Amino acid sequence: MAGPTVKVGQVGDPERFTPLWAAYYRFGPPRWEPWLRRSGAGRKLVIGIPLVWLCLFFLAPFFIDFKISFSETRLAMPPYAPLLEWGPDHALSFHLHLANYRFLLSDALYVSSYLYSLKVALISTLLCLLLGYPMAYGIARATPTARNLMLMLVILPFWTSFLLRVYAWMGLLRNNGIINSLLLWLGVIDQPVQMMQTDFAVYVGIVYSYLPFMILPLYTNLEKHDPALLEAAADLGARPMRAFLRVTLPLSFPGIAAGSLLVFIPVIGEYVIPSLLGRPDQLMIGRVLSDEFFSNRDWPVASAVAIAMLALLVVPIVLLQRVQARREEA
Amino acid sequence: MSLPKRSLLVPTALAFGFAFLYVPILSMVFFSFNNSRLVTVWDAANSPTVKWYVALFQNEQILSAAWLSIRIAVLNATGATVLGTFAGLVLARFGRFRGRTLLSAMTTAPLVMPEVITGLSMLLLFVALEQFIGWPAGRGVTTITIAHITFSMSYVTVIVQARLSGFDGALEEAAMDLGARPATVFRRVTLPLILPAILSGWLLAFTLSWDDLVISQFVAGPGSTTLPMVIFSKVRLGVSPDVNALATLMILVVAMGVVLSAVVLRRSERRLERERREALAETA
Amino acid sequence: MEGSVRPGDPSGSEVAPPPYVRVESVVKRFGDFTAVNGVSLDIQKGEVFCLLGGSGCGKTTLLRMLAGFESPTSGRILIDGQDMAGIPPYERPVNMMFQSYALFPHMTVSGNVSFGLEQEGLSKAEIRDRVDEILGIVHMQEFLHRKPHQLSGGQRQRVALARALVKRPKLLLLDEPLGALDRKLRERTQFELLGIQERLGVTFVVVTHDQEEAMTLATRIGVMNRGEIVQTGTPRQIYEYPATRFVADFIGSVNLFEGQLVEDEADHVRVRCPELPVPVYVDHGVSAAPDGPLWVAIRPEKMLLTHEAPASGDNWARGSIKDIAYMGDISIFVVVLAGGREVRVTQTNIARSVGESFSWGEEVYLVWDASSPVVGAG
Repeated sequence: MAGPTVKVGQVGDPERFTPLWAAYYRFGPPRWEPWLRRSGAGRKLVIGIPLVWLCLFFLAPFFIDFKISFSETRLAMPPYAPLLEWGPDHALSFHLHLANYRFLLSDALYVSSYLYSLKVALISTLLCLLLGYPMAYGIARATPTARNLMLMLVILPFWTSFLLRVYAWMGLLRNNGIINSLLLWLGVIDQPVQMMQTDFAVYVGIVYSYLPFMILPLYTNLEKHDPALLEAAADLGARPMRAFLRVTLPLSFPGIAAGSLLVFIPVIGEYVIPSLLGRPDQLMIGRVLSDEFFSNRDWPVASAVAIAMLALLVVPIVLLQRVQARREEA
Repeated sequence: MSLPKRSLLVPTALAFGFAFLYVPILSMVFFSFNNSRLVTVWDAANSPTVKWYVALFQNEQILSAAWLSIRIAVLNATGATVLGTFAGLVLARFGRFRGRTLLSAMTTAPLVMPEVITGLSMLLLFVALEQFIGWPAGRGVTTITIAHITFSMSYVTVIVQARLSGFDGALEEAAMDLGARPATVFRRVTLPLILPAILSGWLLAFTLSWDDLVISQFVAGPGSTTLPMVIFSKVRLGVSPDVNALATLMILVVAMGVVLSAVVLRRSERRLERERREALAETA
Repeated sequence: MEGSVRPGDPSGSEVAPPPYVRVESVVKRFGDFTAVNGVSLDIQKGEVFCLLGGSGCGKTTLLRMLAGFESPTSGRILIDGQDMAGIPPYERPVNMMFQSYALFPHMTVSGNVSFGLEQEGLSKAEIRDRVDEILGIVHMQEFLHRKPHQLSGGQRQRVALARALVKRPKLLLLDEPLGALDRKLRERTQFELLGIQERLGVTFVVVTHDQEEAMTLATRIGVMNRGEIVQTGTPRQIYEYPATRFVADFIGSVNLFEGQLVEDEADHVRVRCPELPVPVYVDHGVSAAPDGPLWVAIRPEKMLLTHEAPASGDNWARGSIKDIAYMGDISIFVVVLAGGREVRVTQTNIARSVGESFSWGEEVYLVWDASSPVVGAG
């Protein structure tokens, strides 16, 4: 073996090839395509990525929530006791703590704020519908140019900060705010009217913030109606009001349902608006949850409140899902 | 068709509704130039002034919170757009598959789920994850971004899905028939068609994240205070004129963006319409 | 693969070349619904084969299985001897012209047409040459840089055709190729399409619900009903010798009568129909069960309207004219027979006054030739 030797460590030295590179040199670049096609892995991957993400970060949290709502509060981090625990005698003990729910039912604060949230959500949905329906109707019947402009005006606030738009009402509704100053200057009143921290302010804030959610699905529905339907109704002798009641209104039920649910469901848990504009003596359930969590650091009770709220919302959410699915089919 | 013409109800509702939507915003813009600290009393002698804008740009807390919010919003918008586009594509084009109902439900529910519930559940998940696998260590930008992606990807999904269902499903079949593999079909046909939807999805996801208070409050940690959290703590104590200035700036940016996109959209629509008419006239 | 092709052609021609496209007892189910139910077909090279049927008869599903968008639940599809199972659409030597044309809205005409060639990895120069050539054939060269929305319906149809043909497929599938065009344009395009097909020698499989379209385009027609092929044959065979009552009724208009065999010979039969006053005499044999119920089909244009009483004891009927529709080239008469049965008769308007010699309510005779009726069982 005398003679010149190849210097070890240079390019081309077979010993420096890792098996991976060797395989690459022998078989060429990996061809995923046939494998992907045979196994349908590409398709599964595209479906799987969003599905796994949502299962992990949207669905799983509710189960954890549910679990913790049965735990005991502890002064620790995290501030709750595990359901399953190794006892001092090395026995696995299982603590199902129902006290949180019993507490919710027995304490008047929770029941009243629960009912109050329901009332506020129902009334504001109705108010949104009363104002939003004629607006959506008007937009759907306008000339194309006016229609586009008005639609843009409806969507525009949606793009601006929700928090700042609620804040704007604070400036309007305060005792020394714009509305009171104007009314005083006009001589309509001689004392400022208390508007902040009332139910009125809450309704104003909610209707203001959620109106676009009512108008848009209604508009999408109303815009599809064939004008010939109303002409046919008129031709058959129906007066305008009757034609509206018998033709337009029934046809727009899917839009009404979608809009109402889009308002009702989030309003139940509304937190910002009642915190800034609402009564200090009557909390909404969202505020209660966040107080339990942030001020009292009682995570199990906060979880129980969330589960109780969710129980109320399951039916509306399923309904919304149905309405949307039906709209997709149409 | 005579209901809208004869009745005053519809025009009245429109006028009242738009006034209702815009008077508060305009009042905020107006009083941002007011000299007085009392936000709603117009100090005619020394107004208009831009001193609140100057104060805004000297407020370290607001500036750093805004920078944090922008960073989170960009990360969120990008992640939400990728995931939302996948989900929209799957729901609009993949037909039936196992888990379809689940996916469709999980993209509808976050649109309406009260934020307090989402925020609390997310936080509990992060705490549990940290306990068991040590990730995410503590709460901050990562947790806020993940939480934001989860709720804003649904909006992207809805937008992409709507755009796709407006297109003939045969387009993708045609591309495949002409020899394009699935990845090429997506790159050359599907993606160019849904690009406008992806773009507006990105912008919407950005805005949603930029705007979010409640979920951020739950999943934020010490040192990760976003802009809405700063604003909230300020306005909770009462109105403050530099918030008016901030609001005005934000409204200005959004309004410009929306108007610009509307103009661009209208132009391209008009061009399309004109070209279509010309093509028809030629053959006639 | 040559050896696996079974000899013998079902249609019974003497020299049977191996079929270019072979569909072997293909079944396609969607859940509980059977869209295609045991279809077998042989299509020869260079043919224009039309799948004709009403909506929901399974013709489009069959076409989509040929293209590879659906895979058969059972059965096989062979193209040029190669089994197509598991081969995705983008690897099949087959191209399709979609009913909606499916032109890519974001690409120009040249972008659309060159798309398929780019997938083959051809050089730019070659792509340009082939795009130019095919656009020349469909007379669309000057629209190279237009986008689909800048084209009329007829132009879009040509681009869609060019886009599918530029790949030089072994088989071109056309889904209702003329459905989106107006009547005038359709007639012109039909002949252009045939001209292109002859010039390029491509095998066409056309799906249509329009029998007129099928008749003009097809060398052979397969009539489909409820997922099955009911009859295959040349347009003439299908029209003149419908194999089933469904085909007779579906293709063109026809007068169908129920009847019973009264005379059954090798060279002729006589059928007694309760709705007709005299038996129907047919000058060819029938392969039907002698005792079972029969149907007799007589095309409206094969009947002659006359005032004179016929001398023969067969093949006529008598009735009064209920309706006359003057269509220009022909006139349609509805004649009510004694039993109340309505019969449709068409007469060519050879002379300007032919239609005027019959009027409403008039008593007339209908006569027809012994070779005209078609008889079938069931």
